[in-house]
Amino acid sequence: MPEEKEITVQNYLDYINNKKLMGSKCKKCGTFDVPPRKLCIKCNSTDMEWVEMSGKGKIAAFSCIGVGTSFMVNKGYSMKKPYCFSVIELNEGPMISGQLVGVDETKPDDIKINTPVQVTFLETELQGGEIRVDLGFEPV
Amino acid sequence: MGKLARKVAIIGAGMCKFGRNFPLKRNPDMWVDAWIDAVNRVDNGIEPKDIDACYVGNYSSDLFNHQGHLGPQMANLVGLTPKPAARFEGACASSGVAFRQGILAIASGVHDIVAISGVECMTEVSTTLVTDTLATASDNLFEYPAGATFPGLYAAAASAHFHKYGTTHDDLKRIAIKNHENGKENPYAQMQQSLKEIMASKIKKFESQGRDIPDWKDEMDFLGSSSNPMIASPLRLFDCSLVTDGAACVFLAAEDVAKKYTDTPIWITGSGQGSAALSLHDRGEITGFIAAREAARQAYEMSGLGPKDIQIAEVHDCFTIAELIALEDLGFYEKGKAAEAIKNGETKRDGIRPINTSGGLKSKGHPVGATGAAMAVETFKQMRGIAERNRQVKFDVEKALTHNLGGSGATCVVTIYEK
Repeated sequence: MPEEKEITVQNYLDYINNKKLMGSKCKKCGTFDVPPRKLCIKCNSTDMEWVEMSGKGKIAAFSCIGVGTSFMVNKGYSMKKPYCFSVIELNEGPMISGQLVGVDETKPDDIKINTPVQVTFLETELQGGEIRVDLGFEPV
Repeated sequence: MGKLARKVAIIGAGMCKFGRNFPLKRNPDMWVDAWIDAVNRVDNGIEPKDIDACYVGNYSSDLFNHQGHLGPQMANLVGLTPKPAARFEGACASSGVAFRQGILAIASGVHDIVAISGVECMTEVSTTLVTDTLATASDNLFEYPAGATFPGLYAAAASAHFHKYGTTHDDLKRIAIKNHENGKENPYAQMQQSLKEIMASKIKKFESQGRDIPDWKDEMDFLGSSSNPMIASPLRLFDCSLVTDGAACVFLAAEDVAKKYTDTPIWITGSGQGSAALSLHDRGEITGFIAAREAARQAYEMSGLGPKDIQIAEVHDCFTIAELIALEDLGFYEKGKAAEAIKNGETKRDGIRPINTSGGLKSKGHPVGATGAAMAVETFKQMRGIAERNRQVKFDVEKALTHNLGGSGATCVVTIYEK
């Protein structure tokens, strides 16, 4: 790093597919953004670079979801087997959404805001055998 | 903040009965029903030739009904062809946005009378498809893969609000109880039952099935029981608004012509609209909605009124937590203080500032694209003193407000009404 790849959604998703959480840093004002931005909304600069995030952060908000999206339903989640959607505040500042794993989703009262977490990359085998990688987090 | 260049009034408003109307009634049927209901409330009558433009709020007929381009489709149903007609989309604030564009078009001097409306037919598709379609109003790239659903996003906001302000699920239960109490009095509502009545019918069903009869002490007890299943913690089934088919229609007129149609126009004195990042995670703040505060700021400034002047409000209770946050974003209560006011009964129909006398999205129903227009319909009725059954508030309403939120708070339209 820094890398030469253009800051685009696809390049960000490709990084995740390769199990790297990348963001952007504004060279002018130092603001971090995840997902990355091509234009800094703090100072309007377009002088941005890719940076790898530490992947460490804390839980800012969460919900254990019983009635899920079709993507999650297809992964086997249900009212009896909820999954945990979370918003994570990364140590670098930005917040990002991810599935929270390594917790008991049937006991939401036991999951606490501000719990330290780290990134994990969740693999899903799609029809046809292709592997999809999504951002996840787990308590440290 | 600019003022409206000329005054704009509501001269008539109406809606169809909200409910699971499909396939008995589809978009065109419901829209015409709402139109006729609105025409019937214009004191001196109104005809299509009087109307300059037709704005239709609709969120996702493309995905719900495989049909786009609703503007001209609806306009033709009542003989408005070839006048300008267009559809507006702002998720659950779609008809709030259409409403505001109608106000601005009249204030600009281009049009004298605009029909604004909203329509949505959601029950044509399965519950999973409804969930997926609604989820497209959140961020498909960065929230959907994390499992974000609409209840899930508001539930996450609730988790942060609970943590920061000590709000509890009991505070949310009181909102559901109140809104069902109000919806019971609304003949246009999808669920015209109080929570007590819902509990009684559940017990009857349990009896007929020979199952153990639950001994719920009261509504609060029922709402905390397994009969109110967890959808997305901490939100349970009765924290969620309904999946609904419906339409609503409002006629807006310039001051110069309004008196021709009625002696008692309801004036729009404040209109504001705000936006926010599509993703909850991208806003820096999770316990309130900046789009709502911005829309409210603009509307208050335009009208010269403040939160204390507002006597009643229809707010966007797509989930119980959303009503609580709305009361704080609108400045009715300080951050973290709405729960106490709700507990004290201030937002009930006989409270100091009744909220969602229509039953709200919770009980009246939430056909997403029609919701903003339907809020204006209830406000019109309350200000005219014609709300049905036992729903009319007991004081003369001179100043009212509506708050129509889109997505997980990325669009908000706030409107202020005066007599």
